[in-house]
Order: sequence, then C-alpha cells, then structure tokens
Amino acid sequence: MNSGIVTAAYIVAAILFILSLAGLSKQETAGRGNLFGMVGMGIAIIATILGRDVSSYGLLIVMMLIGGAIGAYLSSRVEMTQMPELVAILHSFVGLAAVLVGFASYLDPDNNLVGTAHTIHSVEVYLGILIGALTFTGSVVAWGKLNGKIGSAPLMLPHRHLLNAGIGVVCLIILFIFLGAGKGFGATLLVIMTLLAFAFGIHMVMAIGGADMPVVISMLNSYSGWAAAATGFMLSNDLLIVTGALVGSSGAILSYIMCRAMNRKFFSVIMGGFGTPSGVASAADGEQGEAVAISADEVAQLVGDASEVVIVPGYGMAVAHAQHPVSELTKQLRDKGVNVRFAIHPVAGRMPGHMNVLLAEANVPYDIVLEMDEINDELGDVDVVIVIGANDIVNPSALDDPGSPIAGMPVLEVWKADTVIVSKRGMATGYAGVENPLFFRENTRMLFGDAKDSVNEILKAV
Amino acid sequence: MEGLFALYIVLLAAFAGYEVISRVPTVLHTPLMSGSNFIHGIVVVGAIIALGQAEGTLQTLFGFIAVVMAAINVVGGYIVTERMLEMFKSGAKDGSDDGAGS
Repeated sequence: MNSGIVTAAYIVAAILFILSLAGLSKQETAGRGNLFGMVGMGIAIIATILGRDVSSYGLLIVMMLIGGAIGAYLSSRVEMTQMPELVAILHSFVGLAAVLVGFASYLDPDNNLVGTAHTIHSVEVYLGILIGALTFTGSVVAWGKLNGKIGSAPLMLPHRHLLNAGIGVVCLIILFIFLGAGKGFGATLLVIMTLLAFAFGIHMVMAIGGADMPVVISMLNSYSGWAAAATGFMLSNDLLIVTGALVGSSGAILSYIMCRAMNRKFFSVIMGGFGTPSGVASAADGEQGEAVAISADEVAQLVGDASEVVIVPGYGMAVAHAQHPVSELTKQLRDKGVNVRFAIHPVAGRMPGHMNVLLAEANVPYDIVLEMDEINDELGDVDVVIVIGANDIVNPSALDDPGSPIAGMPVLEVWKADTVIVSKRGMATGYAGVENPLFFRENTRMLFGDAKDSVNEILKAV
Repeated sequence: MEGLFALYIVLLAAFAGYEVISRVPTVLHTPLMSGSNFIHGIVVVGAIIALGQAEGTLQTLFGFIAVVMAAINVVGGYIVTERMLEMFKSGAKDGSDDGAGS
C-alpha cells in the first residue's frame, strides 16, 4: 500500500476518533461513538500493517491476538464496581508501551539523522519516554490505591515539592547531556531518566489523597494521551500525534470539569496532599456526641410513611454490590406512591459517573437520578434521606468548618431533610480520613451493617 | 518547517478535544474516560511501526511487548466501554416499560 493511501486512511481514522469522542459525550449517541472509535482503530491498524513500515506479519499478528485476548479476558470478567481499577491499569499499559516504543526508536540503527533533525528526534524520544514512564508508575500506584493494595492516605515526604522540582531539574540536565552523548552513553542516560520518571510517577500519585482519586485517574488518562502524541512525534506519525493530542486535551478538560465540581483548584490536586493537613487532627478529636442507631424495620416504617425519599449512594454501595436491592427497594416504594429520587455527588465513588453506571446496571430509570446541583436546594423538603455507603460527600464540615481538610468542597446537604439514615458498616471515617459530624446530628440515624444486607432487610420489612 | 507543522496539528487536535468534551454530562464521565482510554490504544500503531523497523534483538523484544500492551488496551478498553453503555441502554429501556420480567 503506498503512503498516499495510508495517509488518507489515517485522516479517516482521525475523523472517526473525533466523532467517537463527540458521540461518547452525549447519552443518545454514546453507543455509536464507541463504534466509530472501533472502526477508526481498525482502519488505523490495517493501514499501518499494510504500510511501508511493516514487512513481516506473522509474529505481529500473533502478538496482537495475544494482547487482544488478554484485554478481552480482563474486561469481560471485571465487575462494574472494579471499573476504575481496570481503567487505571489500562492507562499503565499505554504508558509502558510508549516507553518501549521510545527505546526501540532510539535503538533503531537505521536512524541516521544529523544536525537539527537529530536533536529534535532526541528530544522527542526523551520526552516520550519521560511522559510514558510517569504515566506507567503513576497508573500502577493509582490502581493499587483503588483496590486497596496501597493505603489511600496521601504520602507526605518532607520537602516533597522540592523533591519533585529536583527530579524535574535533574531530568532537564540529563536531557542536555543526552543531546550531546553518543549512542552507548545515551542509552544509559535514557535508562537513568526512565528510573527517575518512574520514581516521579510513584511519588506524584502516592502524594494524592484518596478523595482526589477520580481526578487522578482522569489526569493519567490525559497523560497517556500525551504519551501517545509524543510517540507520534518520534515516529513522525501524524495519526498518533493527532489522536494523542485529542485524547490528551479532552482528558485534561475532563479533569478540570471534575475539579470544578469539587470546588478544588486543579493545581492543588496535582500537588497532592489532600486529606491530612497537619496530621490527622480532626479524626483524632474523637467524641463529638452520640450516634443513634436504628433498625431496618424502623427504616422500613419511616420510608413507607414518607412521601419524598432521596437516596445518596457512595462507594460503599459499590463495594457491597447493593445496587440491585437498592433498585428493587426504589421500585417497591415508587409502586406505593413514594417519590424516590437519587442524588449523585459528582465525585461519589471512585470515578465520576461511577454511581450512574451502577444504578443503570441495576435498571434504575435515569430520570430519577439527579445531579447534586439539581437536587441540593430541594433537600429541605425531603422526608427521609438514605445515605448508602457515602461519607465525605455528605459531610457538613465541608461547609461549616473552615479548618476541615475538605472545606469548600460542595457537598449534598442531606442534613436539611427531616430524617437522615446513614447505612454504614461502622463509624470509620471516609476515604479522605475526615470525621463526619453528620453522624452525630439529632436527625441522623445510623443503620449499621453491610449495605446490601441492610437494604435487603429494609426490603423485607417494607 | 516539519516541526512547526506538527505543532500546528497538535494545537488543532487539542482544540478539537476541548470543543468535543466541554459539555459532557456527569453521567457520561466514566464511559467517556473509558472510551478515551480505548482510543489511546492508538499507541498500537506506534508499537507496530517500532516493531516493523526493529532490527536488533532488544529492539524487537521491546516492539513485541509494546504491541501486546497496546493491543490489551484496545480490546479491553473497547469491551469495557461497550459494557458500560449497554447498561445505560437497558436502564433506559426498562425505565420506560418498567422493567418487565426483571
């Protein structure tokens, strides 16, 4: 296939990717969007394989089939609740692939560029590996934090900003030495820089507290886009540049939208450290009053008599797989004439929209699933609010306590309702590690136990 | 001029990304993220080219691993996104006819 046809195919693929993202950003067209993406990907892969750069097909196709099979296996057995982890680990694969492509491109003996062209190519390789490497380790750490293999509390090394800046400066210095270095020494420098970038990626995500995880995932999403774009620069492949920049920028915008939803400054999220200012002060304060427990039967009574019920789901609902009983409860109550609605905080769960996906999975009609801004003002008129496995997103200290680590984050003002029922396993603090005064309010009742069991019991009693 | 042209492409693509995403509803954040995750699987193109140009053992090995990694991402990302969207579809349908049979 000549390069003209390859270029034409690449243009078609790039357009399909843009249409894909556009489709995915609207409910009605989302399915079509994904399909466009796949067609674009297919065209891009076929055009590349048939292009002049590739001469042996056998092993290449075997490798793609192996990768594809692993991908299909991982993604078809993953539970919806573990989706954020899967997305995080997939980002790390993109990062690693970019690092490897960078090294392969550097080692390429046919690469006899001289002068400015050589310098430009070296810079491209260097940056591509750098971005890829920090995306790789950053995503692995994010994956570990999401599935609990690594603690969610932010790691606060002394002088961490200085440390980050130090790594940045060292990488820059190495870049200049690298530009003047020969092939052998250059490779050593690249390896050193890669290790530094690995360390940087680990440190960057370790320093970010659990509550900011959704933003981190989205940010890494953006980074892996830029890593792909950098790969495109080093291979002089326009499709990679366009597509990488497209997903890179859309990922950045998505992160920004999320930060705005949490009323957090984008840079302070990236700088990390959210969740434990000056130690764990608020959690150590201990007693704030007494939490009043309630039984499932009483809850059933309350919601049965209510006319307006709002359910606030959080990550606890995902962990306990309580979405199906919750959906059933909703259906029964609605059949009885109780107006049940859902209030979704923008960062409920571990990924934006995480709760919406789970509720959709459990067949909750989406017209009763409302976003925070749509329902916050109406919460005062609600009889009963049931908070299922959520904590930080309903914490009143975000509004009344300027010293709270989550101060300024918009929360669902559930305490304005007549009664708040909090279904929770115990009195532990939420992902951000902050004490929640909501549990001690007069109109709050605690329903202890696993969310799924609790909801099932309410269901039996309704 | 080559470099400037590439930069020009980047800016246009970045702008397209911005325009396309800026009005996405919260509901679709997760599928969108998963979808764009699938699209970065495009790095597979880079991996294929790197492998195609490979001559030494090390270079070939890198190329192979990169192709496998990127392919995992393409297929995995696509299926996950599809599964998520599938749920939205069934949710909408059952919402209107009130979940008969479930």
